[in-house]
Amino acid sequence: MKPFTTLTAVAAPIDMANIDTDRIIPVRFLRKLRNDKAGYEGYLFHDARFDNAGQEKPDFVLNKPAFRRAGIIVAGANFGCGSSREGAVYALLDYGIRAVIAPSFGDIHYANELQNGMLPVTLPEEICRGLRDQLQTNPGATLAIDLPAQTVTDTEGTAHPFTIDPVYKERLLKGLDDIGLVMEQLPGIESFESSYHNERPWLA
Amino acid sequence: MTKPRTLFDKIWDSHVIMEKPGGDALLHIDRNFVHEGSFHAFGALAKEGRNVRKPRQTFAVADHYVPTVGRERGVDGAEDADARHMIRLLEENCRVNNVAHFGIDDERQGIVHVIGPELGITQPGLTITCGDSHTSTHGALGAYAFGTGASQLKQILATQCLWLKRPKTLQIIVSGKLGSQVTGKDIVLAIIAKIGTAGATGHVIEFAGSTISGLSVEGRLTVCNMAIEAGGRAGMIAPDDAIYEYLHGREYAPKGADWDRALAQWRTLPTDEGARFDRTVTLDATQLEPMLTWGTSPEEALPVSGHIPDPNTLGDPNQRAHALQALAYMDLKPGMALTDIRIDRAFIGSCTNGRIEDLRAAAAVLKGRKSMIPAWVSPGSTALKAQAEAEGLHRIFLDAGVEWRASGCSSCAAMNGDTVPAGLRCASTSNRNFEGRQGKGARTHLMSPAMAAAAMITGHVTDVRKLLAGA
Repeated sequence: MKPFTTLTAVAAPIDMANIDTDRIIPVRFLRKLRNDKAGYEGYLFHDARFDNAGQEKPDFVLNKPAFRRAGIIVAGANFGCGSSREGAVYALLDYGIRAVIAPSFGDIHYANELQNGMLPVTLPEEICRGLRDQLQTNPGATLAIDLPAQTVTDTEGTAHPFTIDPVYKERLLKGLDDIGLVMEQLPGIESFESSYHNERPWLA
Repeated sequence: MTKPRTLFDKIWDSHVIMEKPGGDALLHIDRNFVHEGSFHAFGALAKEGRNVRKPRQTFAVADHYVPTVGRERGVDGAEDADARHMIRLLEENCRVNNVAHFGIDDERQGIVHVIGPELGITQPGLTITCGDSHTSTHGALGAYAFGTGASQLKQILATQCLWLKRPKTLQIIVSGKLGSQVTGKDIVLAIIAKIGTAGATGHVIEFAGSTISGLSVEGRLTVCNMAIEAGGRAGMIAPDDAIYEYLHGREYAPKGADWDRALAQWRTLPTDEGARFDRTVTLDATQLEPMLTWGTSPEEALPVSGHIPDPNTLGDPNQRAHALQALAYMDLKPGMALTDIRIDRAFIGSCTNGRIEDLRAAAAVLKGRKSMIPAWVSPGSTALKAQAEAEGLHRIFLDAGVEWRASGCSSCAAMNGDTVPAGLRCASTSNRNFEGRQGKGARTHLMSPAMAAAAMITGHVTDVRKLLAGA
């Protein structure tokens, strides 16, 4: 997994709460294979981004010239609620989004972002609103995220501190792979399973 | 004396393999379900040269992409090459990894969250995972069951355990006698309307109270199914005799001496007197009416006697903005009576409301009546379909002009081609009314099976109580 340390990138404001993962990637694209040749970037926010003829909707934020190369999204509360589809993260990542800033996230989507080396940044409602206002006023402006320092620096140079669980932080900073970490514990796991299944033989 | 613990505490504590400072726990997973959509996880596993570590604790079923018509043709009946490939890929991944697979032709096939309990794979006290957010359903049997994305699914396949943060606990107490035609679906829609779609984020919900313990197993499964729509990490209900009776004799339930041992363990699971929850919410069930959604979030739900709200009267700016967008998408006007909403299609099925009790409730409304609109029923499992046919329910649906289809996720996930055309309104017993959920431009109104059946008969949202009273 690619480590995440700092990121300075164009940030796109999406002034909407409860952006569900069906909106981030409509279900019909989940069957698509994803590999080095074919990414999921074209499916990101597909039905909000393209009309029925497949043409870009000019009003959608990522279709505006200033935001086309966005690497950060600043959204409303409960970002990524709904379906567990990790395709939502693939679409964000393949488009080039490596961090989402929002007042809160759907639990499963939050975990999915972390699993793929994306940083979900939780900041209070009014700070997210302020960031979105700045980005609307200065289209194409960048935000700077510093994970070691746990700050987001806005377009006026003000640094907003955010909290993140230290375990998640370390995993992102080092780009650690969970399976490797788990397999290091195999003797402990096997010993647990042996006594657990001894009490519950029908589950083994 | 030991500290009183909740149902969740007891399951969590018994599954912790080891803990790290900071509260990260490595949790043993008892049962993991996979479906066609799990191909990303299997693919990544193969790429890393790993195998399924505990194949006997993994179960696979084809549900998301299977067609609900033309099933006699097996996989060839699927609408397109992609779907056929997905169904075959699951079978192949299971063969390579020695995982039990209930394929499209198997009599045990059905929606993963329906067959888990039905086959007795789901049991009290277990940790259960699946790459699907509605895994919360299984909690109705007293399990800790939650959905994951593909990466965590891959870890579970490779290791049979998962690093997790201990979630917070939320107790939702529902008390009082339910009115006529008020169901588990109405209870959970009322809860989501009350606490919001992020109301339980970061929490495991335990549903409790006299109304909940009075629900059938099917009704409890419906309530826990939609815990995720309130943002909950999981939903659960203390197991009781109704659950034990339900499980006894099922294919994967413990047998003989194991059954007695399991039962003794299960009886220790319910939350202890005086156990502490991080939050508690209460709901008076006696005031509930049949509910439905008018907007594009499950929290945008109201009693059937209600009217479309005026977004400008909503205090919260997020809710106001969402309601404005929802009304535009749904093509509805503030102040309109919900019963004036025209309905063009109806769908009965899904992991929320595709069980025998749901089919019986819809059939009771449709008996001797005709549907005015195209409508279809997809039973939650192939076994349930056979049971319903043995009870003659399919005759009632067919006589009413309602299609009687095979089992799958159908129009809930709308991945298999069972979509609702753009601009049309569907009365749906499923769980999500997001924009485009049932097809691009489709408009979804969530409600109970009896309410969906009532809408079939009149072609508009209808209070099933009045319809049955002949008013």
